[in-house]
Amino acid sequence: MEDLSFQHKVGARAGGARKTAIIGVVASGNLEVLVERVLPDTECRLEIKTAAVGFGEVWNAVIADFVERYSPGGLKFSINDGGARPDTVSLRLAQAVRLIGEDGQ
Amino acid sequence: MLMPTNAESKPVTTWQRQRQARDARLEAGARLAHGKIVEARDVTRLMEAVIRPGDRVCLEGDNQKQADLLSSALLAVDLAKVHDLHMVQSGVVLPEHLDLFDRGVAKKLDYAYSGPQSARIARMLFGGKIELGAIHTYLELFARYFIDLTPHVALIAAVSADRDGNLYTGPNTEDTPTVVEATAFKDGVVIAQVNEIVDTVPRVDIPSDRVHFIVKAEKPFFVEPLFTRDPAAITEGQILTAMLAIKGIYAPYGVQRLNHGIGFSTAAIELLLPTFGEKLGLKGKIASHFALNPHPALIPAIESGWVQQIHSFGSEVGMDEYIRARSDIYFTGPDGSLRSNRAFCQTAGLYACDMFIGSTLQIDLQGNSSTITTSRIAGFGGAPNMGADARGRRHPSEPWLKAGAEADPESSPALRRGRKLVVQIGETFGDKNAPLFVEKLDALELAEKLNLELAPIMIYGDDVTHIVTEEGVANLLLCRSASEREQAIRGVAGYTDVGRRRDRNMVERLRQRGVIRRPEDLGINPLDADRSMLAARSIKDLVRWSGGLYAPPSKFRNW
Repeated sequence: MEDLSFQHKVGARAGGARKTAIIGVVASGNLEVLVERVLPDTECRLEIKTAAVGFGEVWNAVIADFVERYSPGGLKFSINDGGARPDTVSLRLAQAVRLIGEDGQ
Repeated sequence: MLMPTNAESKPVTTWQRQRQARDARLEAGARLAHGKIVEARDVTRLMEAVIRPGDRVCLEGDNQKQADLLSSALLAVDLAKVHDLHMVQSGVVLPEHLDLFDRGVAKKLDYAYSGPQSARIARMLFGGKIELGAIHTYLELFARYFIDLTPHVALIAAVSADRDGNLYTGPNTEDTPTVVEATAFKDGVVIAQVNEIVDTVPRVDIPSDRVHFIVKAEKPFFVEPLFTRDPAAITEGQILTAMLAIKGIYAPYGVQRLNHGIGFSTAAIELLLPTFGEKLGLKGKIASHFALNPHPALIPAIESGWVQQIHSFGSEVGMDEYIRARSDIYFTGPDGSLRSNRAFCQTAGLYACDMFIGSTLQIDLQGNSSTITTSRIAGFGGAPNMGADARGRRHPSEPWLKAGAEADPESSPALRRGRKLVVQIGETFGDKNAPLFVEKLDALELAEKLNLELAPIMIYGDDVTHIVTEEGVANLLLCRSASEREQAIRGVAGYTDVGRRRDRNMVERLRQRGVIRRPEDLGINPLDADRSMLAARSIKDLVRWSGGLYAPPSKFRNW
């Protein structure tokens, strides 16, 4: 296991009204993302527990692209990763932002 | 004027030594046979009687159909009588195929495909247990059967035989006609194992005068379901990649005649035709004529009226009744069952298809691809012929001409060759996060280790026209230099080392020229790539689509 943490300054607050959302499953080659609207609007934090050791540089690149593209201001992501491929990580993060961006709770 | 040579003084030349040798072998074998029929317990003795040391032997190892009884019998021969054989077979598939080399029955190997034995064959090649001739593509090995690798003895498999020796191969005809043609018409001996001996065969796949001995096996020959992809295992990444391929390649080129590889990405395409493809209004415009095994994943597209015709290399377990009921689509015999033929279908894929699309394990910066890793030698099989531009092609078609024009816009249209679309599709990271894109192929390392003159390349970079990953479509036809090509490949290589080392500015320029097309450039939202888009999401769904005609093997049933 490896713990990674990333903090980014973000231009804009993530849309929507929901406070939390969860997507994905903890399974081999997959990951679970819990997203909570708990940070100031210009901040974003991602905390990762991953089964695959030594992919810090790849995570860094995936997350930098994600933040640039989706501007997830105010969101904290807690990720349980079962060794998912980077493209799956990108997809789950995007799905998490879409889910928390929906109306309602 | 020269005097005519005196016929009396000329030394006697024998021009029929091969026939005499064949007759001697047949006579020795006949002592163990009743007519052509040999009891299973006598087969090893039959082999000792008809096979000579150093013979070229084709032990039929197809993709699906295996002459397993004959392999075991050959393995048991007395080494004093039979040894150092030169095996010339398309598939090295059963453990017995390699046991022959461990025991010394066989010494040299020329083959095409070794999927299930890929790890062991690599160890044996490194260990010097096998003297390797070459790893071939199917058509290439078949061609050599008629030139310099003609078998002395062929050991083949069929479903049934009559007492004269007419053979019914069943739906998995595969390599049998080719192997028998080369052996029987060049004074070789043909031995067939059959599941049963009957009064009349359902249809004659191999005429009796090409078959010398028949053995009834106690259990049916081994068949493996190689082309069944469970829709339940298809990922969102594969669905996205499949959407990009349909909208970014099938649609703009109007690809109607094609071959699909056997991976999950192409299974996803098959399952998206009746849903995503339908929504795009592509029905009747793409994917209507296939060189393809009877993939269960294609059932929903067939049932929805997408597919007009399929010719097959071999069959697939569980598809028999479905094929029988859909003879408008498949090639069938007078008995109603599928007639497949690997050599003809490979030729069809090479010359009559406008596109090959399939996955691979490694792609380098020139676009060369390989399924060989340093510990596994899976061989080639069919992909290199499907995935190659046929230089002998002369008939025009819209996709072929369009691809040719993209590659060479300056030439005069009437003198310009078309191009086959050769598409490599896959996710940027494969099993265990192994990157699809590499700076140096493992195949090169292997070639160095084994002292091979050629690295085993599945598809050469100059044949590849497109690469599709979840990051986008790279159109290599539009690249005008080696460095553009390299950046186009890096530009769809995602977060692999190769992808992260891209020149971002150059990749952006390539994107503006349409050399690289991202999901958003094609109007596709990655978040729409959802399993609910698949026309079937489980094997059970496929059974339902088939009206109960598809009977999946038990390993794919969970109900």
